[in-house]
Amino acid sequence: MTKRNSIGLVALAATCLLATATLADPGFAQDRPGPSGGDAAVADSGKEIFEQICQACHMADAKGGGDSGMRVPALADNPHLANKDYPIAILLKGRGGMPWFTDILTKPQIAAVITYVRGHFNTYKDPVTVADIDRVGSSKAPVPDCNCGH
Amino acid sequence: MTDHTSPEFLAPPTRRQLLTMIGKVGGATALYQAMTVLGHAAESQFSGPPKLSGAKPGASVLVLGAGLAGMLAAYELTKAGYKVQILEFQGRTGGRNYSVRGGDTITELGSTQEVQYAPGNYLNPGPWRIPYHHRTVLHYCQELGVELEHFAQLNHNAMVHRKDAYGGKPQRYRDLYVDYKGHVAELLGKALNAGALDTAVTTEDKAKLLEAMRSWGVLDKSMAYTKGVKVGEQRGWDRPPGGGVNGAPIPGDVGTLHDTLQSKVWDQIGFYTEHVMQTTMFQPKGGMDNIGKAFAAKVGNMIRLNTRVSKIAQDASGVTATWTDTKTGATGETKADWLVCTIPATVLGQMDIQVSDAKKAAIRALPYGNSVKIGLEMKRRFWETDYAIYGGHSFTDQPIGLISYPTGNWFGKGPAVLLGAYPFGVGAYILAGMTPEKRIAAALDQGSVFHPAEYKAEFLSGASVAWSRMPWILGCCATWTEESRAAHYQDLVSMEGRIVLAGEHCSYYGCWQEGALLSSLDAVTRLHQRASAA
Repeated sequence: MTKRNSIGLVALAATCLLATATLADPGFAQDRPGPSGGDAAVADSGKEIFEQICQACHMADAKGGGDSGMRVPALADNPHLANKDYPIAILLKGRGGMPWFTDILTKPQIAAVITYVRGHFNTYKDPVTVADIDRVGSSKAPVPDCNCGH
Repeated sequence: MTDHTSPEFLAPPTRRQLLTMIGKVGGATALYQAMTVLGHAAESQFSGPPKLSGAKPGASVLVLGAGLAGMLAAYELTKAGYKVQILEFQGRTGGRNYSVRGGDTITELGSTQEVQYAPGNYLNPGPWRIPYHHRTVLHYCQELGVELEHFAQLNHNAMVHRKDAYGGKPQRYRDLYVDYKGHVAELLGKALNAGALDTAVTTEDKAKLLEAMRSWGVLDKSMAYTKGVKVGEQRGWDRPPGGGVNGAPIPGDVGTLHDTLQSKVWDQIGFYTEHVMQTTMFQPKGGMDNIGKAFAAKVGNMIRLNTRVSKIAQDASGVTATWTDTKTGATGETKADWLVCTIPATVLGQMDIQVSDAKKAAIRALPYGNSVKIGLEMKRRFWETDYAIYGGHSFTDQPIGLISYPTGNWFGKGPAVLLGAYPFGVGAYILAGMTPEKRIAAALDQGSVFHPAEYKAEFLSGASVAWSRMPWILGCCATWTEESRAAHYQDLVSMEGRIVLAGEHCSYYGCWQEGALLSSLDAVTRLHQRASAA
C-alpha cells in the first residue's frame, strides 16, 4: 500500500517542528512544473523507496558519483552509517546539496529506507524504527556535517 | 487615471499623456525609467543596467562560472573598465541556460546520450519560459539582440489527468474550469438564498453577489449550473455551431460536482494565477541558449573552458583560484584583485574557499531541488492537427507531471519535439533514478494517457536531462525556506574581503534566470563600490 505524502508531512512536521515548505512549493516564486507531478506515490518497502528516490543521486549501486570535489557521496560501504542517527538527521533536515525528505516520505518510509540502505549496502543489520526517528527529530543536536567527499 | 474634462492646455497632463510625451522624446528606455518612477512596471527590482564606470586602471576581476550570472558580471565589469577573466568547468558556456539539439551529447553521472533530433528541433532542459515582468532578462535580450517569441502558457484546450478523477480519462482544462466555477457559484447562491450568509454580507452586497454568481457561474434562471447554450458558449459543444440546416449548436453535459472536485482543477487555476506563471510569457526563438550565446559573443574571449577550480584563496593583495584543466590535466593558478563566484552551492560546498565560517555554513545549508525534463521528438504535430492544441500544458498526477506542447513553428510539417516530462519532487526522483532508456519508455507510457492512438506510434527519439545527475551542478536549483533565509541568506550574499557570490541561489527569485541576473548586478555593483573605495 502507498500513502498520500501529505499524511506523513503533517505528522512529521508536527512532531519535529520542521520547515513545512516543500520542494515543489518553496514559498517563493521559483519556476516549477505546476501541480500534479510532485504528487506521485512512493512505495513503502525500503528497496523500492531507494530505487524511486535515493538512486536519483546516489546511483543504483549506491556508490554515488562525480569527480573529487563534485561528489554525490556513496551510501554503500559508508562507515558514517554505522550510527543510525546520522542518516536519520540528514533525511529529516538535509545537509549540503541534499534536501530534507520530510515532505516526500512518511516516518515509516524513512525508517524503511534507512534500514534497507544500512543493511543491504552496508553490514549494519539493526533496523531503524519510527521511534528512532522521533528520538532524533525531537533532539536539539545540530545536523552533522555531510561527508560529501566520501 | 480618469480623463480630464477641462481643456488640455489648462490642466496638468494625465499620467498617460506624460508617458506618451516622454516616450516620443526619450525613447523606450526613458519611457521605462519614467514608468518605474511613476510606479508602473515595477514588478522586478530591475531598474536598468548598473552603468558602472571608472574602474581603477589595471583593476582585475576573476569570475568563476560562465553561466548567465557569471557572464553578465563579466559583461558589466568590462564595461566599467575592469580586466576580467572567467573560469568555467564545462566545455560549454551558459550553465543552466541550455538547449540540446541533434548531434549533442548529454553526459550525466552514469550515462551518456546522443541526441537524435532533426535539425531545428531542440529541448530546453533548464529555463524555458520568461515572464513578462522579468525585466532584467528581457532587457539584456534586447540589448544583446536575442529574438524573443511568444511562449504559449495557458491553453484552455489542453488537458488535466488525475488517476482518480473521471475514471482516469483526461479532461479539457476548459471544461473543468467552467464546471468548477459553475458548481461553486451555484452553491454560494444557495447559501446566500438560504440566508446562511446574512450575518456576513449586507442586503445590498447579497444582491450583488447573487448577480455575480449567476454571471460568473453561468447559472440558469433557477440559479442552477446546468447544461445549456450559455454554458456551451464557455465550455464548448457536443455539436459546434455550423452553417445551414444543422447550424444550431448542441451543448454537452456538464460535469458533476463530485467529478469536478476529484479533478482538483483548483491546482491548475492557482498555478496559472501565480505572478510568475501569468501570461504573457516569452521564449528565445530557436532555443533558450541563445541568451547564453549572446552573452558569450560579448565575453567569450575572457573564458577559459574545461577548468575545474579546486581552491579559492584571498589576502590583502588579491584573490587566487587554483585549477586543473580537465582535458590536459595541467594545473594552474589565476590571480585577480576581486572575485565573483557563481559556482553552485552543491559544488562550492565541497571546495576549499577562504571565507568566514558563517558564509561556509550558508553555502552548506543550501540543498538543491531536483527536476527532470524529457524531450520526445514526434513524427508530426498530432496535438495540433488531431486535437487542436497549440502550445500550453496537459497536467497529470503521474511522475512525468505534465506534457507541454511546443510553441513556435505552428502548423509546421515534419518532426517536432514535445516536452514529455517536467516534474520536481517525487516524480523527478523517480525518473532521474532510471536509465535514459527507461525514462523515455516511462514518458511514453505515461504521456499516452493524453494521446493514446498517436503517442507511441508517432515517436521518433527522445532525450532527457536529470539535473541531480548533471556532474557540474548535482541538482536543479537552490531550495530555500523561510527559516534558512533567516539563518543564512545575508551571510551567503555578503561581500567578504575580495569575494562575492552570485547566481540564482543568491536571490529571492530562485530557479529563475531573473534571479541569477539580478544577483549578478547586485554583486558587481557592490564589488565596484568596494573596489572604488579601496
